[in-house]
Amino acid sequence: MSGEAGWLVAVVLSVVGAATPLLLAATGELVAERSGVLNLGVEGMMLVGAVAAFAAASTTGSDTLGILAGAAAGAAMALVFAVLALSLLANQVATGLAITIFGVGLSALAGSGFVGIALEPLPGLAVPGLSDLPVVGRLLFGQDVLVYLSLAMVGAVAYFLGRTRLGLILRAVGDSHDAAHAIGYPVVAIRYAATAFGGLMSGLAGAYMSLAYTPMWAENMTAGRGWIALALVVFATWRPWRLLAGAYLFGGITILQLHAQGAGIAVPSQVMSMLPYLATIAVLVVISRDRAKIRSSAPASIGKAFHPAG
Amino acid sequence: MLRLEPRGRQSTAMIYASPVIAVALTLITGIVIFAAIGVDPVTALVTFFVEPLGTPYGLAELAVKASPLVLIGTGLALGFRANVWNIGAEGQFTLGAIAGGGLGLLFPESESPLVLPAMILAGIAGGMAWAAIPAWLKTRFNANEILTSLMLTYVAQYLLGYLVHGPWRSPEGYNFPETRMFSAAASLPVLVEGTRLNVGAVVALVVVAVGWLVLARALVGFQLRVVGLAPRAARFAGFDGTRLVWLAMLIGGGLAGLAGLFEVAGPIGQLIPAISPGYGFTAIIVAFMGRLHPVGVLLAGLLLALSYLGGEAAQISLGMPSAVTGIFQGVLLFYLLGCDVLILYRPRLRREAPA
Repeated sequence: MSGEAGWLVAVVLSVVGAATPLLLAATGELVAERSGVLNLGVEGMMLVGAVAAFAAASTTGSDTLGILAGAAAGAAMALVFAVLALSLLANQVATGLAITIFGVGLSALAGSGFVGIALEPLPGLAVPGLSDLPVVGRLLFGQDVLVYLSLAMVGAVAYFLGRTRLGLILRAVGDSHDAAHAIGYPVVAIRYAATAFGGLMSGLAGAYMSLAYTPMWAENMTAGRGWIALALVVFATWRPWRLLAGAYLFGGITILQLHAQGAGIAVPSQVMSMLPYLATIAVLVVISRDRAKIRSSAPASIGKAFHPAG
Repeated sequence: MLRLEPRGRQSTAMIYASPVIAVALTLITGIVIFAAIGVDPVTALVTFFVEPLGTPYGLAELAVKASPLVLIGTGLALGFRANVWNIGAEGQFTLGAIAGGGLGLLFPESESPLVLPAMILAGIAGGMAWAAIPAWLKTRFNANEILTSLMLTYVAQYLLGYLVHGPWRSPEGYNFPETRMFSAAASLPVLVEGTRLNVGAVVALVVVAVGWLVLARALVGFQLRVVGLAPRAARFAGFDGTRLVWLAMLIGGGLAGLAGLFEVAGPIGQLIPAISPGYGFTAIIVAFMGRLHPVGVLLAGLLLALSYLGGEAAQISLGMPSAVTGIFQGVLLFYLLGCDVLILYRPRLRREAPA
């Protein structure tokens, strides 16, 4: 493999690494939001997922158990949200913030015994013959299981929302919970399921952070990725396939800082580190300025509490 | 099964009872958790909530920690009432510290009594400027203020990091990422010798009083309340929604910036990379606990300030990680939000649930 191609492969691999947690979390949040639930706790659910995954993987030595623990922890956090916001009709914005504040604290406490331990990163796929091909082998056939899962889930969610009856019902619940309730659909149960799925995916995103992206645990290691994932859902105007473009765009911006420094561009590291956040703002502005488009794509009941008696 | 039945009107009693019930439930949860991890619950609770208040120094520290929470919380409460979700107060706090603190660093030799007032104004302006960005993006481009104000928090923290690592780093600091200490003229006067209690606490009380007056008596306060409670009515009444978003953001940002300047010109005494233990986020809890009312914010600010002191005490004498504070705060907010359902609904026990 020539040096040029090797460098390109390294860049693309790091983009994939930065994009995957965003994609996982945003895909889950998209489903929750399409059902009408705005869960701002993504950052907290990711952190708890990350620490649970790391703790399980480093104590049992099994990556599979780590991934499952991350997903379960994220879903458990989402269920706390669901009880408060869906059963007790608490303000969804405030409840989501509470999930994040709690998740930051809980993960720091649970992870205090795991600081400074490093794990082997999740192994890449090894297809005999294919994974060893130059350039494409490593890119297409050598990623870890969560990368493939993140891509598969986008397709699965797009199919589910667009092509299945249950997906149609979920969207109906998100667009008008009163109408969906009147027809006889179990609004609250569907929202519980969508919220739990969102948490599960955030947990997987956290697991990817602590098992693959930087295989260790550090307090606040998600560094705002949960919030960027929330912005990506707006960026995608609530359409799954557009998340893919958004997540990889942001992955690219995130790794720009590493490679700019490698290329000797003399910009302070802190300024480069601001880029993903500034880009998020820029993207939000560009998408949101078209009010009519936002109004027609956003689930109409998003963030609103549902009580059958009104 | 238990069902929720709309009361038809708000229960005033529950508005005030809900925070009390939430605190009680949090304490019970704390006892259960401490017992579960093998710490004597009584010792733990005494360490957490009583011991920090046992000395004059401890009481002064409570005021030092409560001041930023009350300042920020009052501003956020006014905004939340109008459904303006500024959750980037942490960033506005940081910018206030940068703008006001930077001004103080410009005059290291000055003994002029004007230095501190100028820094205070710069701090307020810095926080307002940082809050003006999401306000502008919201009113001009319809961009969600929750996400933009939060993104700007990260940007503010990197900006502070850049300044103290780079151009503003103290030449005598042995390469530590910190600025020079502020001169006496650029520091907040200490009120009680031997403590860190400073003028910020007094200002916080004044802000609470003014906030109360504005909310209760001023037309603006009335408009902020109506926009939040009945947005359509506010539109019919001809209230200028754009103006109210700006107002809510600028008040919240200005007070957060003021708190940030007080923090660096008071207890910290210089600019360092980490100037806040999450005051901007905790103030969100303070605002809700305080029922979005300045007087309530004062009480809630004291309670959550105690959670910081308790966390520090638990760290020192029980060997617990300081993250316990965050868990306590999160659980408290969970219970509060859960109890708040009883303001609008009453629980009813029903055997059968006919459709």
